[in-house]
Amino acid sequence: MSQTTDSHADVPAPMAPHKDMKWIGKSVKRVEDPKLLRGLGRYIDDVVLPGMLHAAVLRSPHAHARIVSVDAERARRAPGVVAVLTGPEAAEQFGPLPDSGPAPDKHVWRVLAADKVHYVGEGVAVVVAENRYQAEDARTLIDVTYDVLEPVVDPIAAAEDTGNLVHEALGTNVAYERTFTFGDVAHDFADADLVVRDRLRWGRQTAHPLDTTAAIGDYDAGTGEMVVHTNSISMTWLAFGAAVALGIPSNKLDLRPYISGGSFGSKQFCWRSTVTAAMMSKITGRPVKYVEDRLDHQLNGDQHGSDRYYDVELALMRDGTFRSLKIDCVDDYGAYIQFGVGSHGNALAQVTGPYRITSTEYRVRAVLTNKTQQGAYRGFGADAGNWALERIVDKAAAELGLDPADIRRRNLIPPDAFPYHIPSGNMYDSGNYEPVLDHALQRFDYDGWRRKQEAMRAEGRKIGIGVVTANERSVYGATEFWFWFDDKDVPVKTTSTPEGVSMTVDTVGAVTVTLYSTPFWGNSSDTVAAMLAAEEFDVDPADVSVVHHGTKGGLPAAGPGGSRLTVMLAGAITGASKKIKDKLRRIAAHDMEVDEADLEWVDGGYQVRGAEDSRRSIGDLAMLAYLVKTALPDGEESGLAADFVYDHPHLTMPKPDRSDLGSFYPCVGHACHLVAVEVDEETGSVDILDYVAVHDSGTLVNPRSYDGQIVGGTAQGVGTALAEEMTYDAAGNPLVGTFWDYLIPTALDVPEVNFGHEETPSPITAHGIKGGGEAGRLMAPGALSAAIDDALRDHGVRVTELPATPERIVGWIQGHRG
Amino acid sequence: MTATHESAAGLGEIDTDPAALHPITITVNGTTHRLAVEGRRLLVDVLRQDLRLTGTHTGCDQGVCGVCTVRLNGATVRSCITLAVQADGAEVRTIEGVAPDARTLHPIQQAFWEKQGLQCGFCTPGMVLRVQEILEQNPCPTRAQVREGISSNLCRCTGYQFIVDATVEAAERMAEGS
Repeated sequence: MSQTTDSHADVPAPMAPHKDMKWIGKSVKRVEDPKLLRGLGRYIDDVVLPGMLHAAVLRSPHAHARIVSVDAERARRAPGVVAVLTGPEAAEQFGPLPDSGPAPDKHVWRVLAADKVHYVGEGVAVVVAENRYQAEDARTLIDVTYDVLEPVVDPIAAAEDTGNLVHEALGTNVAYERTFTFGDVAHDFADADLVVRDRLRWGRQTAHPLDTTAAIGDYDAGTGEMVVHTNSISMTWLAFGAAVALGIPSNKLDLRPYISGGSFGSKQFCWRSTVTAAMMSKITGRPVKYVEDRLDHQLNGDQHGSDRYYDVELALMRDGTFRSLKIDCVDDYGAYIQFGVGSHGNALAQVTGPYRITSTEYRVRAVLTNKTQQGAYRGFGADAGNWALERIVDKAAAELGLDPADIRRRNLIPPDAFPYHIPSGNMYDSGNYEPVLDHALQRFDYDGWRRKQEAMRAEGRKIGIGVVTANERSVYGATEFWFWFDDKDVPVKTTSTPEGVSMTVDTVGAVTVTLYSTPFWGNSSDTVAAMLAAEEFDVDPADVSVVHHGTKGGLPAAGPGGSRLTVMLAGAITGASKKIKDKLRRIAAHDMEVDEADLEWVDGGYQVRGAEDSRRSIGDLAMLAYLVKTALPDGEESGLAADFVYDHPHLTMPKPDRSDLGSFYPCVGHACHLVAVEVDEETGSVDILDYVAVHDSGTLVNPRSYDGQIVGGTAQGVGTALAEEMTYDAAGNPLVGTFWDYLIPTALDVPEVNFGHEETPSPITAHGIKGGGEAGRLMAPGALSAAIDDALRDHGVRVTELPATPERIVGWIQGHRG
Repeated sequence: MTATHESAAGLGEIDTDPAALHPITITVNGTTHRLAVEGRRLLVDVLRQDLRLTGTHTGCDQGVCGVCTVRLNGATVRSCITLAVQADGAEVRTIEGVAPDARTLHPIQQAFWEKQGLQCGFCTPGMVLRVQEILEQNPCPTRAQVREGISSNLCRCTGYQFIVDATVEAAERMAEGS
């Protein structure tokens, strides 16, 4: 058994929900919005630097080809062109891009292809000109001679093929393979009454933020300083990787963050745009802007999501009690593997979902093919994992004749079992799942809908109802980047993904918070920071100033990702605020000639306990701190400033034999989604009739913003379930290149979400907050799949492949009709 | 080469030099600009780059997503597939021309703020202009009519629900204010 209790000692019991807070828990209008509403957002493409040039990238038309020659002479002579850099030239002058995949020296990832192109869209040259029109004109004058090779497209075949390789040096197309066994899987399977099996296919999708990735490189040849203005910074302490690629000292690189029109994971790192702009600035000595156009982003943006083939087996008892789970997954990573198999860490963090399952086997094969490589997309592998688990649970319910809500209820982890370790070792910090289910069933009127469904079906309408109960892990830990490998093969066992903030209170008591990671991707970083600081100092969030600092000279910070930002900012701001408030207390005590212990913080100042008249406001005390050194205690420095770096709230090390991966994703929320659909048998279209989403992400900071994340994530989940797909033909040509054929949902495609909350605070985070940014997308695909099954049960249709497009649905109906 | 096109000219007389400049006059948010632009130059680039009105964004460059929406003689158009020369003589309104002044938001903007009809804000300028057009045509739309109306514009963040909330709220405010 891998369920352990030995590391519970440091996990406090869950707290009761907070009700006495001034700002946290209130729907506050966002501080970011006025500028955005006026069109004054200052996104990266809005920025113009004096003398700035514009870059365009020539992309490969072939999926797999050797570069014989690149002749850019005609392009170099074209009007407005200042420089052209070809792939072979770039490889001589610049290093590979930072790659955290296994054996990066055997699948070297460069900003431009040097010897071979590995997918349609891979860059082979960059043109820099006075404007983008001229750069694109000149791009067409570059002559590239290719020796076209047979493309590697089907990952199942590629996994076995050692004759035709995406990267010859690797000697295989399988970049990573491992089978983890957690607990006594063989025994649990042998002991079970029945085993349900499923073969599932999660299609390739991509986040497609409306604002693409972009950067402006600005190199100062006099000082050797490189500033990159960019909308994609993650993990500021790893910026040295870009410095290495650019051949500049790490302390002469400054990545400066700009707001971005969406990310949904896709702007994690994005070294390519940063390095493209920066290297061309280094070459030309002028600022260079590189903004991906939609096609650049789609084909060469390193952003595609999981692309998985699953074999799933669930062992269970006849009464519906789950015992054990086996998952065998082939993941088509495309041509490179920049984040390793981190997306499977996300799946392993909640591999058994909200259910009591005592053992698990997880096999992953990461296969390289001639396609655009994967990045992160909201859920980062836990999206597919949740879907696969909920699919097999629905199949089990169908085989046993159980109601899908009932089979879930009987397997939910009970509230007294938390903190709870799942077989993989990850800890769920707290949870109370059944009230979420009850709340959702009531909000949806499940029994009423079932009656209504039968009446409508009696009229010949194909009405289906789907339910999922699933988890939302939040706040990733660094072990998931390396626990894949044996200890001896891991050079640095990194254990933190810190988030640092700096805070100041100025002379008149006004509060400023400085953040160090990419600030704003739509996820309200400034409002969250302002609310958290306002809570500490009893000021209005609108009066808190939020600053975004570059990487140079900054604190370590990772920014949004893995639904971590609110939790991490809460920890950091609480910590920095305490330092400042402690100093204010010392100053107040000294000035009032009382003992520090006799003081209490009330409504924006310190007072002698119970004595409101004695209160010294933050402004009074700040004035002393800055202006009246003689009023300060001995040894106290002037000013009010504090840094605080908040590390991961709960990380434990994996066991050496990897029979237990430790706790790495511990702030675990829960949700229940219920949906009613009508399917048109002739057209295969799915009409969503009703949609309920009840989520528990611990303490809510700004409910309106949180609800926005749930509704927006659910809408993306609808796209995932029904429409969005990056498809390739047998030659590796992408069949999708635009929003004409990559179908992001419109306002007519998504439901009105009837949402509700439960709040089970985290015992390990400031204020009991858990992350929730990915939660909507983690639920909707499973719920919709189940509803389609239910609607088409007369045809025996089961959704085993996403997206369930109209074409596929009609095909399934026809297939089952024989 | 001349920058003037003669509509009935023979093929040999048509100016095909892409670098040739064409004089245009456009009035943007009430200010008239006389410009000389290449024939291929997009309206969105003239607005963003020449006039530095960067509130109009580009999202797909193909006229699908609506992020680049502006109003041309009152009607919403995709400025990323509109040539600047097509706007010659036109009145253009961009997001910068929606709020009455630097201290006051338009009721639609105010409603978007209060209902959080935006997250990343990138589609917001186009969405606000589209909503303004919808409410001019139908001052009291149903939620379904709003959804149909804004289905011209993609938003990747919000799932549209709070945009619908904001539009209904704005309609009520504007009805009260009129």
